[in-house]
Amino acid sequence: MITPRPGRLTIAVVHPDLLGTYGDGGNGLILARRAAWRGLDVELLQAPSNEPLPRADLYTVGGGEDGPQVRAATTLIEEGILVEAVGDGAVVLGVCAGFQLLGRSFPDATGRPHEGLGLLDVTTTKGSGPRAVGELVASCAHDAPRMATGDHLPRLTGFENHGGVTSLGPGVRPLAHVEHGVGNGAGDQTEGAWSGRVLGTYLHGPVLARNTALADLLLGWALAPAGSPEATVAQLASLEDADEMSLRAERLEAMQRIRPARRLRRRTSPR
Amino acid sequence: MRPASSNRTLRASAAVAAVAAVNQLSRALGRGSGTVAGGRAGLAIDPDLLATLAHGHRVALVSGTNGKTTTTRMLAAVLAGPNGTDPVVSNDTGANMPAGHVAALAGGVVGAPVVLEVDEGYLGRVVEATSPEVVLLLNLSRDQLDRISEVRMLVDRWRTALGALPRPAPGRPGTVVVANADDPMVTWAANPAPDVRWVGAGQVWQDDAVGCPACGGRITFEEAGGWECDRCEFARPEVVARLDGDDLVLADGSRHPVEITLPGRFNRANAAMVAVAGAVMIDDERGGVVEALSRVAHVKEVAGRFATVQRSGHDVRLLLAKNPAGWTAIFDLVDEDGPPAPECPPLVLSINARVADGKDTSWLWDVPFERLVGRTVVATGERRLDLAVRLRYAEVAHTVVAAPLDALDHAVRMTEAADQADGHADGVGEAGGAEHPRGADHGSGTGEAGSHGATSGRAVQFLGNYTAFADLRSAL
Repeated sequence: MITPRPGRLTIAVVHPDLLGTYGDGGNGLILARRAAWRGLDVELLQAPSNEPLPRADLYTVGGGEDGPQVRAATTLIEEGILVEAVGDGAVVLGVCAGFQLLGRSFPDATGRPHEGLGLLDVTTTKGSGPRAVGELVASCAHDAPRMATGDHLPRLTGFENHGGVTSLGPGVRPLAHVEHGVGNGAGDQTEGAWSGRVLGTYLHGPVLARNTALADLLLGWALAPAGSPEATVAQLASLEDADEMSLRAERLEAMQRIRPARRLRRRTSPR
Repeated sequence: MRPASSNRTLRASAAVAAVAAVNQLSRALGRGSGTVAGGRAGLAIDPDLLATLAHGHRVALVSGTNGKTTTTRMLAAVLAGPNGTDPVVSNDTGANMPAGHVAALAGGVVGAPVVLEVDEGYLGRVVEATSPEVVLLLNLSRDQLDRISEVRMLVDRWRTALGALPRPAPGRPGTVVVANADDPMVTWAANPAPDVRWVGAGQVWQDDAVGCPACGGRITFEEAGGWECDRCEFARPEVVARLDGDDLVLADGSRHPVEITLPGRFNRANAAMVAVAGAVMIDDERGGVVEALSRVAHVKEVAGRFATVQRSGHDVRLLLAKNPAGWTAIFDLVDEDGPPAPECPPLVLSINARVADGKDTSWLWDVPFERLVGRTVVATGERRLDLAVRLRYAEVAHTVVAAPLDALDHAVRMTEAADQADGHADGVGEAGGAEHPRGADHGSGTGEAGSHGATSGRAVQFLGNYTAFADLRSAL
C-alpha cells in the first residue's frame, strides 16, 4: 500500500472564466473537499485566463464554448506552464472542450482546426451529424487506469453535450467503452482517453460527482510519493459516500430503463 | 388560380378555426388548457399564422434568460390602462414559443395590445413575424445548455435579428428595443438595432460575459455597475434610466421610487425595464415612466411564483429559479429576510431535469449553494440525489425527502418543532451566537429584530426549478 506523500496538495481549476460553462468547476471543488475530509493539507485555486497559470499538483480543465476554448488553448500554449507541469508529474483532468484542447488539434465553430496542447495523442474534428447530447454510461476494462486497489475503474456515468468527434492515436488508451451514449464518436465506441497522469473525458455531471472512484484515482496520482513511477496511486482513507453512491446507482438504474434502441441515438437540437 | 392573398385568408381562417377546435377538444379531454396543441395545429395549416394574427395589433415582446414571465405580466398590467381593465392579449400561461403565441392571439380581443413572452431561441422568428413596437431584453446567461445552446451562439442570433429591424420611416414607426445595458451579452445583441433605449437594470450573474463578444478581449466590471472591454471600444452604453437601490433614476436626474408588491431586487429591475418599455407603448415618455411604474405596483404573484400559500396553518412562499443566475438572485431574496441561522425556517429545494428544465444537472455546481451554510435545507424533486451531492460538497446540512409535498410537510413540522422550542435559550444555535447573545431574542426593539426572534412569523420557502415548481403547485 502506497501512503499519500506529505505536504500541501494544490489543485487548480484552469481558466474558469473561459471554461466554466458546464459546471465542471465542480470537479475542482470535489477533489479539494475529498482531500480535506481526509485531513490532507489542500489548496484549491481558481486560475483565471488573464493571470499566469499557477503551479499545481492537479489541474482540472472544464468545458466551454468554441471561442473561449480557442482563447484558452492559445493562452496555455503560449505560456507553456501546463505542459511543463505535466512534465514534472502534474495530474490533469480535461472535460469536453477541456479534453479536446489537451489533444493535438480541435475545431472551432466553423470547423477550422486549432492547435491543442499535445498532452494527449488525440485529434478532434467537427462531427458531421447533430451534437451528441444525453446521458452516457461506459465501462472501464483492460484499457482503463488502475486504482490504488489494483482494479480498473468502475463504470462511468455522466452527461455528454458536444459536437466534436475525437480520434485516439497510438499514444493514448481509451478511458472507457460506451454502453449507452456516443462518447468520442469516432466509431470505435470509446469514451475519453488517458496517458500517464493526463486524462480526458466528455462527461459532465460533473464527472467526479457521479464517479468518486475517478476522483480518488486523480488524487491518488497527485499524492503518489515524489519520484515514484507514473502509474503509482496513493491509497486514501475511504469516505462515507452515501449521497454519491445513491446518485450513481440512480443514474445507472435510470439508463437501464431506457430501451436499447434509444440509447445510441444522437438527438437533434431543435435549431 | 386564385390570388395568393385570398388563398392566404382562407388558409388563415381555417388555421384559426383549427386552433379553437383543438383547444376545445384538448380542454374537453382534460389535457390542460390546450394552448400549445391548438397553436401547433394552426401553424401546421398556416405557417404564417403568427404574422397574420399579429397584424393590426400593437405588439411588445419580452425575452431573456430570467424574469420573462414576471416581466411580461408587469408589461401587460401597464397596457391594461390606469384601471387595469383594458383588454390585453398575452401568453400568460408561459407557453412562450410560436404555438403559444398563436394560441394567445387566436383567443384574444381583436385590436387589443399584445405582450408576448418569447423563448430566447425563437426571438428572431417572432420579431420577424410580429413587427413589434417594443422588444424588451432582460438578460442572457447559461440555461438548459442541452436545448437552447450556448450563450454566445444565442447572442449572435439575437444580434442578427435585431440588426435587421427596419429603420423608422414616415407612416411606419420602427421597433424600439429596450435593453439591459448592465448585461454585456444583451448589449452586444441590441447594439445594431436602429432604436435602443438602454436601461441600467443590474446583472447579478457575470460569469457568462467575461469574454468580449466583439473582440475576444476581457470584460471588466466596475463596482459602480459599469463595464468595459480591456481591448476594444465595447463598453456599457449611456442609459436613459437606471435602477439605484429602490429608485429608478432617469437621464434628467429625477428619481422615482420603484414600489412594487413582488419581492426582490430582480423584480425591481424587471419593473424598471417595464417602466421604460411601457412609456414607449403609452406614448408619454417622461410622465409615462411614472405612470407605468404605478401600474406594475399591484402585480402580486405571477403564475404562482412569489405566492404565499398555507400548509397546515404555516406560510409557505413559493419561488421559482431555473438556472445559476436565477438561483443566485433568489438567494439574494432569501437573504433579504435575514442572514443564515439555524432558527430560520427551512428551505425546501426541489430539482427536476425534464426537457423543460434541461436534462443535465451540472448547472447545480454553478449555483453558490455555499451561501446556504447555516440554514436548514430539505432536498426533493426527481433529481434530489444530484442536489444532495451538490449540498454535501457545499457542506450544507440537508435531509432528502422523495416527494415534494412530503418534503414541504417535513419542513413545516420542523418549523412547528422550532416554534414550540421558542423561548428556550437552547434554541439559539452557535451560528447566531456571536451576533445574537443568548437571551437577546427575549428583548424587544433590537435593530436585528427582523433577522431573529420572529421565527414563528416567517415562511418556509420552497425553491424549485421549472417543472419541480409546477409539480408542487399541482400537488398543492
